[in-house]
Amino acid sequence: MKHYEVEILDAKTKDKLCFLDKVEPNATIGEIKSMFHKSHPQWYPARQSIRLDPKGKSLKDEDVLQHLPVGTTATFYFRDLGAQISWVTVFLTEYTGPLVIYLMFYFRVPFIYAPKYDFTTSKHWVVHLACMCHSFHYMKRLLETLFVHRFSHGTMPLRNIFKNCTYYWGFAAWMAYYINHPLYTPPIYGEQQIRLALIIFLFCQIGNFSIHIALRNLRPPGSKTRKIPYPTKNPFTWIFLLVSCPNYTYELGSWLGFTVMTQCLPVAFFTMVGFIQMTVWAKGKHRSYLKEFRDYPPLRSPILPFVL
Amino acid sequence: MSAAAAGTSKAAHGDVAPKKRRGPGALATAYLVIYNVVMTAGWLVIAVGLVRAYLARGSYHGLYYSIEKPLKFFQTGAMLEVREVMSRVFLTWAVTHSVREVQSEDSVLLFVTAWTVTEIIRYSFYTFSLLNHLPFLIKWARYTFFFVLYPMGVTGELLTIYAALPYVQKTGLYSVTLPNKYNFSFDYHSFLILVMISYIPLFPQLYFHMIRQRKKVLGHIEDYSKVE
Repeated sequence: MKHYEVEILDAKTKDKLCFLDKVEPNATIGEIKSMFHKSHPQWYPARQSIRLDPKGKSLKDEDVLQHLPVGTTATFYFRDLGAQISWVTVFLTEYTGPLVIYLMFYFRVPFIYAPKYDFTTSKHWVVHLACMCHSFHYMKRLLETLFVHRFSHGTMPLRNIFKNCTYYWGFAAWMAYYINHPLYTPPIYGEQQIRLALIIFLFCQIGNFSIHIALRNLRPPGSKTRKIPYPTKNPFTWIFLLVSCPNYTYELGSWLGFTVMTQCLPVAFFTMVGFIQMTVWAKGKHRSYLKEFRDYPPLRSPILPFVL
Repeated sequence: MSAAAAGTSKAAHGDVAPKKRRGPGALATAYLVIYNVVMTAGWLVIAVGLVRAYLARGSYHGLYYSIEKPLKFFQTGAMLEVREVMSRVFLTWAVTHSVREVQSEDSVLLFVTAWTVTEIIRYSFYTFSLLNHLPFLIKWARYTFFFVLYPMGVTGELLTIYAALPYVQKTGLYSVTLPNKYNFSFDYHSFLILVMISYIPLFPQLYFHMIRQRKKVLGHIEDYSKVE
């Protein structure tokens, strides 16, 4: 068996960083990253970007050396992606914040509202309902992070956690402040409005969960395969007929429900900003599906049936 | 909601002036030339207006009124250059126009003068650049005058916002209080204070960006003699 030689150069300075001899032809990029890590312990594999061309795309961990367009002495270029943090850590942190923060406003912890309201409870039952819905939503997300989702990337840049937490925690505080305020005004159409909103919210929470389960089942444990999702026996997944990313569709629905339930403008803002971001992601995902699968169902839209 | 994959893209620091690499088409060039000529002319009008009003009155007081209309027009017209100009539009409409009492402040004159000189130089720079005939003097002025004009403008802007604060608090201008059916509130007074605080990180960024640009653009004057 002919062995390969691998040299790794810095993508910017072209300095020779590492030379590996006697590399197996069936070695993967992931294995090469581990070997590189041994000689440069500060660059753990998750923060290595290995490419064939200094300005090219990153190679995948699964790529096999002998299947790459390289000679028996392979030259790779390395770029440091910066400090990385695992997706699971980011999700757990960014979702625990809103859960805790909202409850602090709900229980009217001191220094938020006027002292005479400390530790009092709202007289409106919709405020209690809203707290239950909001808490349920984030507990669901935490549990999904721990037990349901299968991530294709292990890590993301460290600075993302500050950006993401600012977004989630900031909006949670802003919404919670008004909903739990002593001067909160309940919905104009009263019980009817709240009941309708609750039904929408619950429907979409179940829907969102159903999609997450369906997506999980597309992918065997530990794999990173990508397949086209299709409707299953669960009626909540039939929306796959019309939409590529129904998890986002249902998420939008949940927050629209919450907005109507609380009749609170900051919640409407949060819903809108989330919708914009999810639309961007949905369009990207939809484009990837179209690029990767020739037989991708043409009827599907990214996030809103027929519309967007 | 799952977060996006690694990597964010940084928005480019934007000047409207086209880079030498590709260059705009003929129609785009014509549009840009006309736009920049008009903007240069507009800011010249403001400058001339200021000088004439000063000569007529013999004092700096009330000079704002002599140029109020063209200032509003030309500053708002510049909405096309979103970034740096957002703060200017804000200053013009949301502060100076909205709070009558600050219009007679000297700080207003301070930032109007700074903006005027900056913009005349900047738009002539763009105009000449587009016509590929940039006098070195203009390029030099653009990347040197800012040393004084930026701090001058920022000082004027901050002092003006500061002067507006007591009136905003007293009248509750642009503010919304609880209770209301949208369960929303907004305190313009606090917002203005936040705006003032935001100058602390933002102004040094802009300032050092210009210093870096200056080194890049003028750094070669030791190597080459003045080029037309």
